[in-house]
Amino acid sequence: MTDPFDLAGKSYHSRLIVGTGKYRDFTETKRAVEASGAQIVTVAVRRVNITDAATENLLAFLDPSHYTILPNTAGCYPAEEAIRTARLAREAGVGTLLKLEVIGDQQTLFPDVTATIEAARTLVKEGFHVLPYVSDDPIACKKLEEIGCVAVMPLAAPIGSGLGIRNPYNIRIILEQSRVPVIVDAGVGTASDAAITMELGCDAVLMNTAIAGAKDPLLMAAAMRLAVDAGRKAFLAGRIPRKLYATASSPIEGLLA
Amino acid sequence: MLNGEPHQLDEGLTVAALLTQLGLNQRRIAVEINREIIGRDDYALRAVANGDQIEIVHFVGGG
Repeated sequence: MTDPFDLAGKSYHSRLIVGTGKYRDFTETKRAVEASGAQIVTVAVRRVNITDAATENLLAFLDPSHYTILPNTAGCYPAEEAIRTARLAREAGVGTLLKLEVIGDQQTLFPDVTATIEAARTLVKEGFHVLPYVSDDPIACKKLEEIGCVAVMPLAAPIGSGLGIRNPYNIRIILEQSRVPVIVDAGVGTASDAAITMELGCDAVLMNTAIAGAKDPLLMAAAMRLAVDAGRKAFLAGRIPRKLYATASSPIEGLLA
Repeated sequence: MLNGEPHQLDEGLTVAALLTQLGLNQRRIAVEINREIIGRDDYALRAVANGDQIEIVHFVGGG
C-alpha cells in the first residue's frame, strides 16, 4: 500500500472516515459508505427499540469484518455518561476503538474539553483506543496525546454546520506538534473543505452531515472521496509558494521581435 | 424496567432467554442491569429480578 493511513496498529488506504447518521434508510447508508470508499465508519450506541427489536440492525448493512467500526459517545454530557457508553460499545463487540465525544453545550455542540480529558484518561487506562473529538485547541490536543489517545480529532467548525475549516492556523499548529494522527472531525460542508483539510497535512477527515445531508448523498460521497484523495496528493506534492506578482509560465527566449 | 419502559417478565428469566424472546440473541448488543454491564458469558446464568433496571443497547447510525 502506498501512503497508508496508520491508526491504532492498522493500515488503511482511505483517509476519509464517515458517519452513518441522518440517512433515509440503511440501504442508502450502505451505498453512501461504499461510494465514499471509507474503511472506517462511526456509529452511535442507543437503546434497542424493544417493541420492534428484530427489524433494525445497522451492522447487517455494514459488515464489521469488512469495515472498522468506530463507536461514538455522541450525546453524552458528563464524562461518566461517555464512559458508560464506551464500555457498552466495547461489550457489544466491535473492538476497542472509540470516538470520545463529551459535549459541553447543546446549541454549539462544542466539546467539554476538561471532561473530555478526564474521560480519555479513564478510558485509555481501561484499554480503549481513544480518538477524542476536541476543540481546535493545540494545548488540549497536546494533553490528549500525552494521556495516550491514539489520535486527536479537532473540529473544523461546529458539528453539522458545514462552515469548513474556521481556523486553519490552529490546525497547522496542532499538526506541527502532534505525533499521533490528526483527524479533522466536524464542520466540513463540501468537497473543497475536505481538500483544504488534507492539503494542510491532516492525516484524515471525518464527516457525516456533509454527505448525508447533501441533495444527492451518493454523489457527494464520491466527491468527498476524490477531494480527500486530491488534497492528500497535493499535500504530498508540495504546493508552490503564494506570490503577489505573476511569474510567466512560457519562456521569454525566442519571442518574436 | 426495560430500556426505560415498564416491562413484565417471567420470574427467573435469564438474560439469554430474554434476548431470545426479543429476537436479539444473534445481534451485537450490550446489556446492563442496574448500571452493571453483563458479560456475554453470564447471559445464561444471570436471572432478572423484580425491579431490575435493564438496558439493552445496540449500534445505530451516528457521526
